[in-house]
Amino acid sequence: MSEALPARASARRPARQRRVRRDGAWPWLFVAPLALGVAVFYLWPIVQTAWYSLTTFGVFGGTTFSGLENYAEILSDPTLYRSLVNTLLYTAIVLLNIPIAVYLAALLNLPGLRFAAFYRVLYFLPYVAMPTAVAMVWRIIFNGDFGILNWVLGLAGIDGPYWISTPWASIVAVAVVGLWSSLGFSLIVLSAGLKNVPPELYEAAQLDGASRSRQFRSITVPLLTPSISFLAVVTVIAGFQLFDLLYAILGTTNPALPKSLSLVYYFYRAGFVDNDKGVAAATAMVILLLVGLATAVQFRLQRRWVHG
Amino acid sequence: MTTTTENTARPSAPSRRTALAGAASVGVLVTTAACGGGSSDGPAADTGYETPSADLKAKITYGLWDQTQVAGLQKNIDAFTAKYPGVEVALNVTPFSEYWTKLQTQASSDTLPDLFWMNGPNFQLYASNGKIAPLTGAIQAGAVDPGNYPSALVDLYSYDGVTYGVPKDFDTIGVWVNTDLFSRAGVPLPTAEWTWDEFQDTAVRISQALSAQGIYGAAGGMDGQTTYYNTIFEAGGEVIADGKSGYASTDSVAGLQFWTDLIAAGGSPSIQQLTDTTADQWFTSGKLAMYWGGSWFRAALTDTDLAGKVQVLPLPKGTAQVTVIHGVSNVVAAGTKNKQAAQALQVFLAGKEAQQQLGSAGTVIPAFNGTQGTFASSMPGTDLQLFLDAVDYSKPLPVSKNTAAWNALETDLLPDAFSGAKPVGEVASDLAQKMDKALAGE
Repeated sequence: MSEALPARASARRPARQRRVRRDGAWPWLFVAPLALGVAVFYLWPIVQTAWYSLTTFGVFGGTTFSGLENYAEILSDPTLYRSLVNTLLYTAIVLLNIPIAVYLAALLNLPGLRFAAFYRVLYFLPYVAMPTAVAMVWRIIFNGDFGILNWVLGLAGIDGPYWISTPWASIVAVAVVGLWSSLGFSLIVLSAGLKNVPPELYEAAQLDGASRSRQFRSITVPLLTPSISFLAVVTVIAGFQLFDLLYAILGTTNPALPKSLSLVYYFYRAGFVDNDKGVAAATAMVILLLVGLATAVQFRLQRRWVHG
Repeated sequence: MTTTTENTARPSAPSRRTALAGAASVGVLVTTAACGGGSSDGPAADTGYETPSADLKAKITYGLWDQTQVAGLQKNIDAFTAKYPGVEVALNVTPFSEYWTKLQTQASSDTLPDLFWMNGPNFQLYASNGKIAPLTGAIQAGAVDPGNYPSALVDLYSYDGVTYGVPKDFDTIGVWVNTDLFSRAGVPLPTAEWTWDEFQDTAVRISQALSAQGIYGAAGGMDGQTTYYNTIFEAGGEVIADGKSGYASTDSVAGLQFWTDLIAAGGSPSIQQLTDTTADQWFTSGKLAMYWGGSWFRAALTDTDLAGKVQVLPLPKGTAQVTVIHGVSNVVAAGTKNKQAAQALQVFLAGKEAQQQLGSAGTVIPAFNGTQGTFASSMPGTDLQLFLDAVDYSKPLPVSKNTAAWNALETDLLPDAFSGAKPVGEVASDLAQKMDKALAGE
C-alpha cells in the first residue's frame, strides 16, 4: 500500500490540489476576523509593551531606550514582592471557591431538587453584578464601626478588626469577595460537566449499595476533574489580574494600601499615578511571564490527576 | 518616580534614572517643538491673541468633570453664543476618576479638547510640557485682568512667570460645626478667634461627654487639602518650597503633630476608623461635632436634617492663621485648531457676566472678586462669608509638576505618624527624603 500511494496520489493530483487549496482558504477566511482582532488587540500590544518596558517613557509620549533599567528598578523593589505575595494569597483563597462549587453543583444536580433554577440564579447573580457595585456593598459590610460583619461577630463575642484598613485583613476581605463572586461562574461550568456524567454509573453504584457521599467521592469528583482543572487555570489567571475589587473596596487613600497592593495595582500606580509608563510596562511583562509560568505548570500537573 | 515606599537600599540607581529622565524630558520638549504645538518659541513669546470679531465661525469642545455644574455652565455658553452666533460649543463631561487618565492620553495624541478644566495638582505637568496655551496675549490686550481674582489662585496657574489660566471658581477651608452636639455635650461654642489649644480641648471634651453614643469631637483624615496642609502652614511650615520637600522642618512636623495629638487624646476617631467611614460621613450622620471641610461641603448639607444646626468657624489659629485655597481654571489646548474661538470662550468665562451667572447657579464660589455674594447668603443663619474672607490669609494648594507621585507617598507614609505607630519626626524626614527623590525625577 505504501508503495502504491505515491502513484495514486500523483494520478489524482490536479483535482485534489484544487480541493486542498479551496479547503485551505475557507477556514482561514472564517477565522480571519478573530485572528485579526487577536493580532491587533492582543499580540501587537504585547510587542509594544515589551518595547516600552525597555525605555524611559515621556509624560506625553516620546521614548528613550534605557535597556533593562526598568526591570532592575522593580526587581529591587520590596513592594513588588509584597504585591506578588498578596496576589498569591488572594489567588489561593479564591481557589477555595472550586471545592465549594463542586459540592454545591452536586447538590443542585440532585434528582428531584425543588426550585433548582431559582438556586442557580441565586448563585450566579454575584458573578454578573458590576464589580464596583459589589465593592460598595461589601465596603459597608466590612465597616469596622458600623458594619454588619463585625456586628455579627460581636454577637459571638468576637472583636472584629477594621477589615479594609488592616494590612493582612484587607487582602483576606477582598479575597472573600472574590471567592463569593466567582462561585457562580464555577457552578455553571461544573453543572455543565455534571450533565456529561452518565446516570447509569450512579444507578450501578446504588445497586452495589454505595452511599451518597461515596458516590460523590468515587463518581462525581473524578468525572468532574476536566472541569475542575479548567476552572483552576482560569481562576489563577483571574487571580493574577486582581485590580478592580481591590481598588474599589480599599480606595486610594487607605493606610493599609502600601501593604495590600496586588501586582496589577502596582502596575496601575507606576503607570497612572507616578506617570512612569516604562516601569509600568516592565511590571506588565513580569505579570505576563508569571501568568504564563503558572499556566504551564498547571497544564503539566494536569496529566497526573485529570480523569480521561 | 518610583512606585514604592520601601526602596531605601539602592544607592546607585537613582542618579542614573534621574539623568535618563532628564534626557527623556529633553526629548519630549524637542518633539513638542518640532510639532509646533504653539509653544515652539517658549511660553513667553507666544502672545497671540486677537479680539475676536462677532462673525467668528468654529466648532469647539469644552472638557470638564463635574456634572452638577453643567446647568450653570450651559447658561454661560448660551450667553457666549449669543455674542458669537457662529461658534458652536460642545460640552464634554468625563467623571473625575477618569478625567486625568483620559486627558493624559489625549495630550499624548494631540487630541485635547479645545478648552478644558485644569486643577492645581495637574497644571504644571501640562504647562511645562507645552500642552496648554499661555494667557499672556489676552492679558496684554486687556481682555483679562488677573487683579480681579484671588492672587493665590492666579499664582497657582502661573508657571515660570507666565499665566496660563485664571480661576473660574475657588474654595477655602473652615470648620463645620454641629451646634446640636455642642449643646448636648454642654460645651460652649468657640469664638472665631480660637487657638489650636482651644480646638484640641473642645474636641476632647465633646468626645468624652458623648462617647457612650459613639460621637467624636473632631476628625483628622488623609486629605491634605482639608486637614494637614492647613496645620503645616499655620505652624509656619511648608509642604513644598523651591522644588524641595518641606516636610523635614520642625514647623512642618508641628503641623502634623497636631493631628497625632488629636487622635491620641481621643478627640478624633483613629485613622483606621476614618478609612472605613470618612470624616464627612461621620459629620453628616450626626456623629461628629467639628469637621474641617471645604466651602464645597455646603452642597452636601442641602436638604439634610443637619441644615438647621450647622455653623462654620474659621480654622483655629496656630502661629499664623492660614487656609489652603484651590480653584479650577479653564485652559486652552496649545495645539487647538480653533485657538481664536477657544480663547474667546476662555476670556468670556473669566469675565464678570459669566462669573455672576455661575455664582447664582449656587454650586461653587465664582472666582471674580465681587461676584461671590450669592454664595455667602445661600445658607441663612450660617456665616458662609468667612470662606470668602479667608482668601486674605490663604495659601495655594501645594503642587509641583508631578504632584500625584508625592501625594501617593504622603498617603503611604503619614498614617504611621497620625496613628502614633512611629514618631512624627521620623516619618516626616523619611517622607521628605522620598519626596525629594520624586521631585528630582520631575
